Amino acid sequence: MREIKYEDIVKAVKDHIIYSGTNLSKDALAALNKAYDEEESPVCKEVLKQLLENADIAANEARPLCQDTGLAVFFVKVGEDLKVVGGTLKDAINEGTEKGYEEGYFRASTCVWNTRENLKDKVGYNLPAIIHFDLVAGDGLEIEYAAKGGGSENVSRATVLPPAAGRDGIVSFVKEVVSNAGPNPCPPIIVGVGIGGTFENAAISSKHALFRTVGTTNEDAVLNDMEGELMTKLNNLGIGAMGMGGRETVLGVHIEANPCHIASLPVSVNVQCHSSRHTSFKL
Amino acid sequence: MSKTYHLTAPLSDEDVVQLKVGDIVYLSGIIYTARDAAHKKLIDLMDEGKELPFDVKGSVIYFVGPTPPKPGDPIGSAGPTTSYRMDSYSPRLINEMGQKGMIGKGKRNQEVIDACVKSKAIYFGATGGAGALLARQIKSAEVIAYPELGPEAIRRLEVVDFPLTVVNDTYGDDLYKIGRAKYEIAD
Repeated sequence: MREIKYEDIVKAVKDHIIYSGTNLSKDALAALNKAYDEEESPVCKEVLKQLLENADIAANEARPLCQDTGLAVFFVKVGEDLKVVGGTLKDAINEGTEKGYEEGYFRASTCVWNTRENLKDKVGYNLPAIIHFDLVAGDGLEIEYAAKGGGSENVSRATVLPPAAGRDGIVSFVKEVVSNAGPNPCPPIIVGVGIGGTFENAAISSKHALFRTVGTTNEDAVLNDMEGELMTKLNNLGIGAMGMGGRETVLGVHIEANPCHIASLPVSVNVQCHSSRHTSFKL
Repeated sequence: MSKTYHLTAPLSDEDVVQLKVGDIVYLSGIIYTARDAAHKKLIDLMDEGKELPFDVKGSVIYFVGPTPPKPGDPIGSAGPTTSYRMDSYSPRLINEMGQKGMIGKGKRNQEVIDACVKSKAIYFGATGGAGALLARQIKSAEVIAYPELGPEAIRRLEVVDFPLTVVNDTYGDDLYKIGRAKYEIAD
């Protein structure tokens, strides 16, 4: 049994939230630079130039990259032989989130669903965090974090296709979601696709797919091939940076797939804006 | 070919009718912030026949909910939010109150596009996710109404050379449609 201090988790979560909210992740930055180099549309090239400048300013002056500092989303792998001393793991992540958002001068963006009140004192500063726990063997603790903005979340969609729809049905559903989204989710976007499992399983997989490093290859050959096909088809939509018409619409397509019920083919598309603020760390 | 303009808010009919989709505008002067919660309050005041917290005639409204300012700064990061949430409110402010400009990101509905033609107003796009860059062009910020809304309060901003692109002009054109059609490749 390994012991880990509650305060150490709080501090690590806080520090990673502040750093990743002000320093664009290396993979997203590299993808934006590539898009800038390759974009033919002058208006979109100017947008991409502003985004690169923005990343510079944010990092140099420790300012939030975007005013939508998002909701805090975590995927946590916790070893069965790990014991948190001084509190619970869930409380530690929530406390780290609250401190990170507050000390980083990030926006409090959580509200009550019906009254839309921003309850800084009752709900907390961007609390509760969205946390997905996975219990694993060993005594490790691995935390993946991303800040998820509202604009790209609003265009995300899930459905359950008939199995006969197959691969082509999935490709056309993803294309339809991105086409309908147009300029709204702040393209160039990263597209997370979750296939299979149950309804919520597909949605969670599509979220987790967004945490993958942009520019990496899918280890599954079939999924990798689908990702390539979708990249081409989505860029051919002509949406471009901020939807103003251009070639660079999508920075990456990431697919995760799970076995599913013999009657179903669940598909979920979770869209991430160009400001992909994500990180992972082990404690 | 797109043109570049330097304009000062509040805007006149003369200012806005020269603009065409795709034009670049560097906007200076006084603008106001409002998101959906504040828009709803403005429309409620109009329905009650009461005075609005700022002079809407000629005004430019920026759809933004900034991050809190760091000590010594006028404002935190301040890029545009998605504009469709204001679609049900903007036409009345344009047609009945004389609003001349909106700054946001993302598609507007046909009612907004029609109001821009009928009452001569412009929908400007600013770069979403460029909050730190855009904040540099904001020289002062003051909450003038609804402080209880926090980031969604109405603020009076003084801006200098705020970089914008004309998305919907006074002629009914839409940059999102025109731009996309130019680069779309059919399967």
